[in-house]
Amino acid sequence: MIEVNNVNKTFRDKKILTDVSMSFVKGKTNLIIGASGTGKSVLLKCIVGLVKPETGTIKYDGRDFLTADSEVQKDIRREMGMLFQGGALFDFKTVHENVMFPLHMLSEMGKSEKMDRVAFCLQRVGLDKVGNLFPSQISGGMQKRVGIARAIVMNPQYLFCDEPNSGLDPQTAIKIDDLIQEITHEYNTTTVIVTHDMNSVVSIGEYIAFIYQGMKVWEGDKDNILQTESKPLQDFIFANKLIRDRKAMM
Amino acid sequence: MNSIGQYCLFIFSMFRQREKFRVYVGLVFDECILIGVDSVYVVAIVSTFIGAVSAIQTAYNLTSPLVPLSTVGNIVRDFTILENAPTFTCLVLAGKVGSSIAGGLGTMRITEQIDAIDVMGINSASYLVLPKLLAAMIVFPMLVIISGFLSIAGGYFATVYTGILTHYDFVTGLRDTFVVYNVFFALIKAVVFAFLIASISSYQGFFTKGGALEVGKSSTNAVTNSCIAILAADYIIAKLLL
Repeated sequence: MIEVNNVNKTFRDKKILTDVSMSFVKGKTNLIIGASGTGKSVLLKCIVGLVKPETGTIKYDGRDFLTADSEVQKDIRREMGMLFQGGALFDFKTVHENVMFPLHMLSEMGKSEKMDRVAFCLQRVGLDKVGNLFPSQISGGMQKRVGIARAIVMNPQYLFCDEPNSGLDPQTAIKIDDLIQEITHEYNTTTVIVTHDMNSVVSIGEYIAFIYQGMKVWEGDKDNILQTESKPLQDFIFANKLIRDRKAMM
Repeated sequence: MNSIGQYCLFIFSMFRQREKFRVYVGLVFDECILIGVDSVYVVAIVSTFIGAVSAIQTAYNLTSPLVPLSTVGNIVRDFTILENAPTFTCLVLAGKVGSSIAGGLGTMRITEQIDAIDVMGINSASYLVLPKLLAAMIVFPMLVIISGFLSIAGGYFATVYTGILTHYDFVTGLRDTFVVYNVFFALIKAVVFAFLIASISSYQGFFTKGGALEVGKSSTNAVTNSCIAILAADYIIAKLLL
């Protein structure tokens, strides 16, 4: 479980996050949703330690990440896997080398064990035939899947995904969502996904926190999000006229 | 002042929480090829021509019958060892290597590749920059030695094969009052300039914010700042060591 308590973040006198608190449950796909520029990506960066909040605590299974010494922080980081918005694959390494990278740097496994693990992870995301290609030679959807393979190669306890569907066609986006949810349940990871894609929200949102103007204004799950009374959340969900009309017919 | 402070912290951060030694070995070799081997061509061209031009212009200015022609060889040698090989070569490398380092790291920063390394709990500054720094400090002195030989060779061919000097004059000038310390001085300069170019360019690239435009700006800043740092360090080293 990841617990975020009273996190505040300001950039150049502009308040980005205000007293944000939420808990992400183990074995579930936890979604942080909100419109662009509301601070959800900053919140994710605070959670993984890429941005330091001014105040607040972030606990990984009871371990305070922000105040821990560097060795404990390093240990926690090594239990994380992260899929970045653009994939963030190393463009000077092949797909195989990209997935191998965390093992090469952090694992004590033998060479053949590492090769097996990489092959397994690539097979798990359905990309066992593109290992020798460079990221620039594969599609955006494939890059996302390689990113997922790299994120899970170390058997992470915590999986973070920043806009996993951005720039993908609807069918590929659904495949990525399903893959993330399957991995979450299969490995019992605490998965946190930042998204503004309503398809993801209604299909895999087992816990959903809605961020509006840097504050958490609603939390729930995919079964009760459409019945929300929160005005900002209603505006976010029903921005599309088609969905508004469908809601009116319900 | 903020930038200088941030630069110093950046340098120190490379040495904190380093990765295993074996990780760096391969990376340093790769960087030696990128920084060193790939720069031999440009260094050779620049050094040969500057050596040739310096010899012709020195001969052109030595019109007094009281000054022996061997002085040309002497001046070409000292100019090459003291200034041309270490300083001019490193200024050229600041353009080639510096922009490449800053552009590469800048692109990695804006495409979140550096963040990906940080999230894994790997010291990204140490993993990405330290090998470049070490490789530059290994290969720059080698490039300076190559540059020195080619610069003197350029001067020799430009004067001896055009009949300005005889082989005897040029070689006599080269051997006259040769000070071995000057070679060490040139190598010290090469190591210092290598550190400055690699670290300043890495700093510029590593802290790039924004998009493609900012990557270009980082590359430009890397070259500009590296050149200024080389010239300032050149003066300081000359003042201290000569």
